[in-house]
Amino acid sequence: MSSEHKDIHAEGEVHEETMTRGKIINVLVILLAITTIEFIIALYLVPKGFLTYHSANPIYIVLTLAKAFYIVAYFMHLKFEKVALAYAILVPILFIIGLILVLTNESHHWIDLRL
Amino acid sequence: MNTAVSQIDEVKTTPWAGGKSPFSVEYGKLMMWFFLLSDAFTFSSLLISYGALRFSSNAWPAPDKVFQSVPGMIEHGAPLVFVGIMTLILILSSVTMVLAVEAGHRNSRKEVAWWMVATIIGGAMFLGCQALEWQHLHSEGFWWGSIPNAEKLKEFFAEGGLVSTTYSQQFANLFFTITGFHGFHVFSGVIINIIILLNVLAGTYDKRGSYLMIEKVGLYWHFVDLVWVFVFTFFYLV
Repeated sequence: MSSEHKDIHAEGEVHEETMTRGKIINVLVILLAITTIEFIIALYLVPKGFLTYHSANPIYIVLTLAKAFYIVAYFMHLKFEKVALAYAILVPILFIIGLILVLTNESHHWIDLRL
Repeated sequence: MNTAVSQIDEVKTTPWAGGKSPFSVEYGKLMMWFFLLSDAFTFSSLLISYGALRFSSNAWPAPDKVFQSVPGMIEHGAPLVFVGIMTLILILSSVTMVLAVEAGHRNSRKEVAWWMVATIIGGAMFLGCQALEWQHLHSEGFWWGSIPNAEKLKEFFAEGGLVSTTYSQQFANLFFTITGFHGFHVFSGVIINIIILLNVLAGTYDKRGSYLMIEKVGLYWHFVDLVWVFVFTFFYLV
């Protein structure tokens, strides 16, 4: 079974075969750096008034998505899988985005109902 | 005799023509991906409901007031420190998991076993931290269906802002449900990792000739880390 697996990998492999230790450490450094930036924003920039509470939120979300990308692409190896598999997993995420749009819009109406 | 092959009988060789796996992954790994996708939907529903309820509120407990202690060490004035430690533990245990997968590619049983032990310890430490965090919030008065008394509740809201019992209760319910659901995933992950470690030690994957199983549990473990990244942002930062 392992030889079969290797054969499949051998054909049409465009990217590097797998994660090396060096790359794993690189991704770890990136994840820790992003988390550190989030902490600097939350503990320093917002309390000292360099950023308002509301302008910090979009930054948090962008940084969170960046972390999610590195975990899924490198740790979960999706970047090195066939494009078809990546799309099979990522396209259904559109439904989640749809739910976010619908419920954020809806929640604006709930405020009026609650007054 | 006519040996010409009609067009319809020609063997197609495109990736989707059949006869080989178009995704190039083993069955179990593909099913793990599909399971994780469905699990992503479940977590998204919970987190998006949380977002919608919080968006539609006029007062919500401030994260840096609710989460400002390190249980057993610092009582006040250390916002995000404890959850920072928890995040660090989970990211590191994710890294030890990839290192186990990497060692598995080299069929190195001993290395896989050690990295799996490290991953299990990381998971157990995270669960311990979460138990402390829950215990702390519970001692403050938050739980499913209960909130601190009106006097104490003021401490958890921004100064001079509105104080709402309704939204405090929603916060408590959502916090314990979502971190509880995530913690249950971590717990299952630790149990699965222990089973895999026992198999590694018993030499099951050497006999099988492949450490692919490590990759499959690795996917699950990274997903748990991935969910925590979102829980961390939406409960502790935003």
